[in-house]
Amino acid sequence: MKIFKYSEITPENIYKNRRKFIKNMGLAAGSMFIGQNLVTSANANTNKEELKLTDYRYVTTYNNYYEFGTGKSNPVERSQKFKTTPWDVVIDGEVENPIKISMDEILEMFPSEERIYKLRCVEGWSMVIPWLGFPLNKILKKALPTNKAKFVKFISVLDPEQMIGQRFPILDWPYKEGLRIDEAMHDLTILVTGLYGKKLPNQNGAPLRLMVPWKYGFKSSKAIVNIKLVDKMPTSSWMKASPNEYGFYSNVNPTVDHPRWSQATERVIGGGIISPRIPTTMFNGYGDEVANLYTGMDLKKYF
Amino acid sequence: MKSIFKPGVFTLCLIPFFIITYKIFLNKLGPEPVKEITHFTGEWTLIFICITLSMSPLKRFTNFAFWIKIRRMLGLFVFFYATLHLLTYVVIDYRLDWSQIIDDVVKKKFIFIGFAAWLLLIPLVLTSSQKMIIVLKHNWKRLHKLIYIIAIFGSLHFIWLSKTIYFKPLIYLIIIIFLLILRINFKRIISKTR
Repeated sequence: MKIFKYSEITPENIYKNRRKFIKNMGLAAGSMFIGQNLVTSANANTNKEELKLTDYRYVTTYNNYYEFGTGKSNPVERSQKFKTTPWDVVIDGEVENPIKISMDEILEMFPSEERIYKLRCVEGWSMVIPWLGFPLNKILKKALPTNKAKFVKFISVLDPEQMIGQRFPILDWPYKEGLRIDEAMHDLTILVTGLYGKKLPNQNGAPLRLMVPWKYGFKSSKAIVNIKLVDKMPTSSWMKASPNEYGFYSNVNPTVDHPRWSQATERVIGGGIISPRIPTTMFNGYGDEVANLYTGMDLKKYF
Repeated sequence: MKSIFKPGVFTLCLIPFFIITYKIFLNKLGPEPVKEITHFTGEWTLIFICITLSMSPLKRFTNFAFWIKIRRMLGLFVFFYATLHLLTYVVIDYRLDWSQIIDDVVKKKFIFIGFAAWLLLIPLVLTSSQKMIIVLKHNWKRLHKLIYIIAIFGSLHFIWLSKTIYFKPLIYLIIIIFLLILRINFKRIISKTR
């Protein structure tokens, strides 16, 4: 199946949609929209319906964020009082210039642009979300990674007082994730500060989360406090929880099943009872941009 | 009094079915309706397995025979909800995409064991009539012990599909194991006192 560029296949559909929600939010000229509105290629099969933006309501009420509980509605129910100010992010490890930067400074220094990406959860569902964010490489470059920096480790906040899920040993808290340096430096990899033209809601990982569109959703850490450049492959919380099920790479791949369920298809959130499953595409449809990162690698082995 | 008892239980057993039908028609199933239906019917299958397995211990504890009288009906409701569950998966979720379904059944242990459990229910349904009890004699009892295996399979089916260790699937396994242990001990106690 050919994967089309997002802009090639359904410009009207999406732009109409986009204008509609900007109007809805009433902030077409709002301060969040500094910089260009960049639509990066997202997955496009042949069906236009598949590219419709997922309702804001679903994006913000139905997701996994185990820090607030394992239920899909737990994040929105239990995160509303979560304090995201003040918030500092430390970038350290194999860098010449370790940084401690506040969220306010991040928002000022790195203007957010809009990126419509598809999020494919490892559980077999997907959403199309208009994120606001900036490439991770912009902030990493400020820290001047040394040549020993081969991987990037993301550490999320540890706060069992506010995050009820962290009182239970479901995962190795705080949440840890990682990327290879070239994945982290890739232009598609963004740090997210908002969605749907708004400030990032707490349940979606405020104030700062990662979004790596060609990998399963759990790779995109939420509420990040520390970005560490390291020389060895970090062990993520999910790898630790179940090493034969969750690998370091976790690229969306319809040909490599989860040991317990198939990854060949996915269900589009918000489609209703009559909407069919759609085939999952390699790298979630971002193969043109990222396949070259993995040339020569056995993706069954490095899942 | 006796005549309204069975229809009353029958109606109660249909309540989950009415609830899910109502939710489907009024679109109250949230962002992932198909998953919701699958989980709902699956969980009610497990609940009915637990209820069915509770009948003979209840009879032993209370000495009321009516627990056994409604047991067959409860067992048939296990099959009813299990079949709704299977049909949701095959028809609504996978749209009769047989290659995908067969692939899942063969390769995915949680689907395999769930499907196996459903298959094992069939002989129990076919031999559930009074007539078959007479025809099969003591073999009937032996055959219907399959429900113990079905119960274990059902709870494993739930445990294996979960992304991580969840509380709820484990609860079902614990309840089922408890109900099975209750049987073993009872038999031993009875045989020892004889």
